[in-house]
Amino acid sequence: MATRHSVRRLPRFSRTERALHWVHASAFLVLFVSGLCLYLPSLSELIGRRPLLKDIHVYTALIWLAALALILLAGDRRRLLATAREIDNFDDDDVAWLRRRRVPQGRFNAGQKINAIVTAALAVLFSITGFFLWYGERDHAFRLQNALLVHDWLMYVSFFLLLGHLYLALVNPSTRHSLNGMTRGWVREDWALRHHRKWAEQLREGRDA
Amino acid sequence: MKTGTGTVKRDSPHGTDLPEALQRHYGRRGFLLLVAGGLTSLVWAGPVSRFLTPVTAAGSQALGNLLPVGGWRIYTISGTMPIFDPASWRLEIGGLVERPQSLSYADLQKLPKAEQISTFHCVTGWSVENVRWGGVRFQHLLDLARPLPEATAIRFVSLEQPYEDSLTLDQVRLPDAMLAYEMGGTPLARPHGAPARVVLPEMYGYKGVKWVTRMELLSRQPNGYWERNGYDQDAWVGHSNGYQA
Repeated sequence: MATRHSVRRLPRFSRTERALHWVHASAFLVLFVSGLCLYLPSLSELIGRRPLLKDIHVYTALIWLAALALILLAGDRRRLLATAREIDNFDDDDVAWLRRRRVPQGRFNAGQKINAIVTAALAVLFSITGFFLWYGERDHAFRLQNALLVHDWLMYVSFFLLLGHLYLALVNPSTRHSLNGMTRGWVREDWALRHHRKWAEQLREGRDA
Repeated sequence: MKTGTGTVKRDSPHGTDLPEALQRHYGRRGFLLLVAGGLTSLVWAGPVSRFLTPVTAAGSQALGNLLPVGGWRIYTISGTMPIFDPASWRLEIGGLVERPQSLSYADLQKLPKAEQISTFHCVTGWSVENVRWGGVRFQHLLDLARPLPEATAIRFVSLEQPYEDSLTLDQVRLPDAMLAYEMGGTPLARPHGAPARVVLPEMYGYKGVKWVTRMELLSRQPNGYWERNGYDQDAWVGHSNGYQA
């Protein structure tokens, strides 16, 4: 198969999956920055426009949730469900990976699965505590003790999770090709064979079959 | 090519099509555990945070209050924080008084100065311990204005519209209630309500009006900004707004 591309491209993330990822990522950045301005005394004085920032923060959160719902409605749900099942199931090779043994991995290694699971849980917890913060300030009946503290702690967890994610996706030379999967949807087969051999081979069998 | 996932092949030895008994649903279990743990933290976050506060507060101080953990959070209700101009700012004391007052910043500082170290509690769950306040006891201001016998409460009006709240005369006479114009030994900063704010450590911070510009003595205690949003008129720390002792 000597084409312009000497290496094969393997489709890694569908359009639906990429849309989900980038909606989530861009909303997170807006929420993170506007949230910090609400949160850090030094920034709050600098900007001093709390109601505006609060509106940005709250409405970004609403748009984020609406966009996620829209993608679930309009997107390739079967494919998403299959991906969710993959992430849910930890096979022997995932367990081996967690024990730091280098064995061929499927489409996601155990670390990527954990990242996805933690991110989903953070999204749920952020939404719940955020709702009570938003409504609690308007009406005392919705004030939930410690919602603010928990929202803050979630921010710290998600910030460090994001730092690790960015390191692997943008900096670390051996893993950063994976970004291509999330931007253009495909990865090079040689890269896939190195990092996700089981998946790459399954694709190859599927193609040959 | 059948699919991109490569896991729907029936004969796959590793994919998701293992017999149900052999599958490890760590994903959904982990997700549910994390969500459940996060939700229960709404209960235990408070005690844990109070336990950690001495550590995080020290760290926050060392970093120049960059981290608000154990430090202040700034709430405003309007578009911008009021700007204090020492030349034009006045503290008006009016309403049911014999001698209405209009004090300048310098006048305020000439009154007998009180200092105290107290803990600040916010109704949303955070606290700042050992805040050093400097200011004027309300009794000295009342001595100047001389409340009429029918006066029972003071309405504090902020430069930040429409922020206002009120305290009873008994409450402002508590020994550690004051109109503060210093914090930590320096003049009150803009986010903390420059030039003067109400401090009453026994109550949650929403009763402590910032950027005070007017005190009005009244015969009945009115509802302030936060009371109109359902918060308690008497904001005793630990005994109000749904908090139990």
